[in-house]
Amino acid sequence: MSDTPHDHTAVLVDGCRLPFQRSGTGYADLMAYDMGRMVLRGLLTRTGLSPETLDRVVMGTVIQDVQTSNVAREAALAAGIPNDVPAFTVTMACISSNQALTSGVDLIRVGIADRIVAGGTETLSDPPVRVPRPVRKRLFEARKAQNAIDYLQLFDGLDPSDLIPEAPSIEEFSTGEVMGESADRLAAAFGVSRREQDEYALRSHRKAAAAREAGHLDADLYRTAVSPDFDPITTDNVIRDDTSLDKLRSLPPAFINPFGTVTAGNSSALTDGASATLVMSKEVAEGDGYTPEAALRSYTYVAQDPGTELLLGPAYAIPQVLDDAGLTLDDIGVIELHEAFAGQVLAVLEALQSDTFAEEQLGRNSAVGTVDLDTVNAWGGSLSLGHPFGATGTRLVTTAAHRLGVEDGRWGLVAACAAGGQGHAMLIERLP
Amino acid sequence: MPHTVSLTTNEFRLQLDDSGVATVWIDAPDASVNKISRDTLDGFSEVLGHLEQMNDLTGVLFISGKDASFVVGADLNMLAQAASPTDVRSISRRAHRLLWRIDTLGVPTVAAIEGPCMGGGLELTLGCTYRLASTHDATKLALPEVKLGLLPGGGGTQYLPRRIGVRVALTMIMTGKNIYPRKARDLGLVDALIHPPGLYGAGKRAVRQLANGTLSAPSKTSSLTNRLLEDNPLSRRIIYRQARRRAEDRTHRHYPAPPRIIDAVRTGLERDLDAGLDAEMQHFGELAFTPESQALVEIFFSKRVRETHAHAEDAQPVSTVGILGAGNMGGGIAQVTAAQDLDVVLKDQSFRQAAQGKKQVWSAFNRDLEKGILNRFERDRATERVAPTDTYAQMDHCDLIIEAVPEDLSLKRTVLSDIADVVADDAILASNTSSIPIAQIAEAVPHPERVLGMHYFSPVADVPLVEIIVTDQTSEAALATALDLVETQNKTAIVVEDGPGFYTTRILSIYLNEALLLLEEGADVPTVDQIMSDYGFPMGPFELLDFVGIDVASKITDVMSDHFPLAPEDISDSAARLADAGLLGQKTNIGFYHYGPSDNGSGKDRKDLNQNIYRNLGQTRRATPSPAIVQERLTLMMVNEAVRCLDDGVLRGPRDGDVGAVFGLGFPAYLGGPFRFIDQKGPSEVTKRMRDLAYQFGDRFSPTKLLIEHDHRKTAFHDYWSVHG
Repeated sequence: MSDTPHDHTAVLVDGCRLPFQRSGTGYADLMAYDMGRMVLRGLLTRTGLSPETLDRVVMGTVIQDVQTSNVAREAALAAGIPNDVPAFTVTMACISSNQALTSGVDLIRVGIADRIVAGGTETLSDPPVRVPRPVRKRLFEARKAQNAIDYLQLFDGLDPSDLIPEAPSIEEFSTGEVMGESADRLAAAFGVSRREQDEYALRSHRKAAAAREAGHLDADLYRTAVSPDFDPITTDNVIRDDTSLDKLRSLPPAFINPFGTVTAGNSSALTDGASATLVMSKEVAEGDGYTPEAALRSYTYVAQDPGTELLLGPAYAIPQVLDDAGLTLDDIGVIELHEAFAGQVLAVLEALQSDTFAEEQLGRNSAVGTVDLDTVNAWGGSLSLGHPFGATGTRLVTTAAHRLGVEDGRWGLVAACAAGGQGHAMLIERLP
Repeated sequence: MPHTVSLTTNEFRLQLDDSGVATVWIDAPDASVNKISRDTLDGFSEVLGHLEQMNDLTGVLFISGKDASFVVGADLNMLAQAASPTDVRSISRRAHRLLWRIDTLGVPTVAAIEGPCMGGGLELTLGCTYRLASTHDATKLALPEVKLGLLPGGGGTQYLPRRIGVRVALTMIMTGKNIYPRKARDLGLVDALIHPPGLYGAGKRAVRQLANGTLSAPSKTSSLTNRLLEDNPLSRRIIYRQARRRAEDRTHRHYPAPPRIIDAVRTGLERDLDAGLDAEMQHFGELAFTPESQALVEIFFSKRVRETHAHAEDAQPVSTVGILGAGNMGGGIAQVTAAQDLDVVLKDQSFRQAAQGKKQVWSAFNRDLEKGILNRFERDRATERVAPTDTYAQMDHCDLIIEAVPEDLSLKRTVLSDIADVVADDAILASNTSSIPIAQIAEAVPHPERVLGMHYFSPVADVPLVEIIVTDQTSEAALATALDLVETQNKTAIVVEDGPGFYTTRILSIYLNEALLLLEEGADVPTVDQIMSDYGFPMGPFELLDFVGIDVASKITDVMSDHFPLAPEDISDSAARLADAGLLGQKTNIGFYHYGPSDNGSGKDRKDLNQNIYRNLGQTRRATPSPAIVQERLTLMMVNEAVRCLDDGVLRGPRDGDVGAVFGLGFPAYLGGPFRFIDQKGPSEVTKRMRDLAYQFGDRFSPTKLLIEHDHRKTAFHDYWSVHG
């Protein structure tokens, strides 16, 4: 997990994202491929990088479109990246673009690549709806049908209800539990109250709005305009400027009725968007005349029981990267922690400062430590900025790097949970 | 073992394989494309002689030995060298005879087409039993002779209607338009398609299968409606009449070929093939000697001659073009640049304006998608090349900048010196001004040697010309780079020296000034417009003023007026007065005419005349001079000024003057451009007419010095300058 002897340190040269849009709004008519193309073009334009010099394009996505199953490749080609630059798509639920980024980091560290674009793209406006299995089966058989009688026979035994299309499943495949139910349970397990969750959600929106007003988000954003009208899309539209604790408290539980604590207000919203980063080996970045923003240091992936600890991954991953770098939470100036649910964020923070959790789950003598909330998501998080599944990971890293610059910090910590009970953490160090 | 038959011609190679299939490779020596010349006809005759002698011949495949190019058409030098219509007719006769010999070989013949298959090349395939085309991007089929004032003289007027029906055939021959592979198959112009690597193999299989009967030669492909429409003389008569009317609407009878095309087709269908071929041959010979055809051939040659540049190797690579100003012009330049896989950063004052420029690009590519020219991915990729912005920060890596901001010297100076701070010291800086001297703009910029003018014309995607303007300081590298870019954009360049209005704007503004003087004398606006479009201009002068903007024209008059060779009283101030009254033309929906949204949704359509226009000029009575006088006054003012541009050294030669006027301003192509116009009429005749006009209408019609010199020497401009220029 440390640098290779010949110092192929992976560095973040630049990162950007499209303004995130609540699903069904600004990007409602786009495919994930469209947003991927747009953000890659944005990154190339911002950095002036000659795309011929790229070694690889890696992108994360969660809900795949069958037309573009390797969306990284289609987006890269459409962004004008030459045919001979390989591109691959990774999927790891909400940490897909973290996986995209670390795949690039690995290629750089072993000396296979020097210039990588890593990012992610996601539309939740247009989930792939399928016809039910009995119809699909008959459609497959229809390829062999020769005449009208063959076609008629295909209808044999078909129930009218078989014709109703199916939306993609939102339950965890292994447990049958919806993620919001898991979050509700997790909050309860760590004693996180409804009020704490609502207050945290409010904080997220306030922080995001303040950062937007201060212009901090501009450095992250590649403004865009989409066909056919090309009206500018220049800011994130998930941020609720008008929300209040009263409003949040008035919302009913979304998953566990009537006594659950997770609501639509303290959960992340369905969002469309894309993000991308330019990652290079330090030597080559400097040789090309770039001033890298941050070095990408230790990272890890963890996985737990998707039934009981679906969203607790960061509490396992964070101590691993801190230990690896010989750091403690006190050394960390900037934390970007994915906010799937307010209750999940607070449960993770609770776990980190729990001696019991440390002893029982991490095999440590004492708690990892108490997180200074001021260091966490100071420019808003997934609750307020939005959460396009496949694009969030590289947003976290880009924002962490930009925050290190503005806040004059040295170490940044990125962590996120993901469906399947998995999690990720990464340390970044501001350069120079 | 396949063996090669040795031939005396080197235009063809003839191979025979074990199954008795002969392959005729069309492969002109030392050339990247095949053209039909006298040598080709001789060689083809020799090849057919061999084939006619072969006893166990299964069939013949005709295929090109060139990379993605079948036959690009006739070698125009062959026609240029013909001494008389009889000479030209004999070429036609030989071609007819060769097609007849293919037909009487008595074995299946297959043409395997990849790349351009034009004119005589397509006629060759029409003589075959079966046509196979590859889906290569370069594959296209056309009979473009009409664009040169000719008709297809190698049997095209006869065999094409018999193959694809008279209606579609007439459209193809009368428009000369390209037909792409899928469309060609739908029309029955080709019988099957194949991917490029399979073409040769498929061609041989087609020959064998036609020979053994497993594949049958297509019968006359015709839908039921086509048969109903075309299989009786009465409805065919309607088709001929419609074709004639369409041609007249389009060409105002200035182009002699269309009626003769209809006559040849008609003779062949209503009498018989031999009579049709005779008619075709007769017309071909006569058309080749019309002044219109000769002017069209000349201007076609001139356009194709690449602007040669002694320092072409100094050109700097351009991968990203920055465009300042995302209006109509900026958006259009972005479109033609992005279409060629170059990246574009498109800046305007606000991100919204820049995004609207990108919208213009997307709309153009989306129309291509609707026409089936691009697929969705290709549209997306081309559109995404354009990155809109409102800041210079994202332009630092641009290799070449084109400013297309409003026509204002201080604004142009400001944006170019601002961008100069951002880009590399050797990035080329171009101004898309239509009139402001480049040297004045360059003064504000460090390293003025990299500054030049790149004058595009509206609508950018449709007008094929770019006028490149160099100053005394412009470096060879900057010029070479600009020429490269223009070629990449599929445009034709002329290079002119700096000066107010350069070349095109200078001759256009004096033309428009004359139109306004006519108006002030009492001429009727729609009548003058009609007269000039009848003469062959794409639109009349007042429509043109509305199109470019009356305020823009007025500004240009301001810039130009000190330099006009005109007495102050001969400079019209009507444009300024109308602009002051808020009549700006299309952009305000009112100028000389009213404008409204066009029926097809893109752009604006001309509606009624603005009846107040005369009152704005304080006039009541209308009296327009005769069409001949209107045409002469406007055209000769333009022609005379073009000669003055050559005399001043603004123009480097008559070729640039003709290309610039025809392809930039829509000067009627059948007249060949201002210099070809003088050469065809004779300098003496033009000088005399100008003196007559000067006597009648004032000294501004006095022939310019250089024109008088040519009159005295009795020299044509093109001949003289090709030797002395």
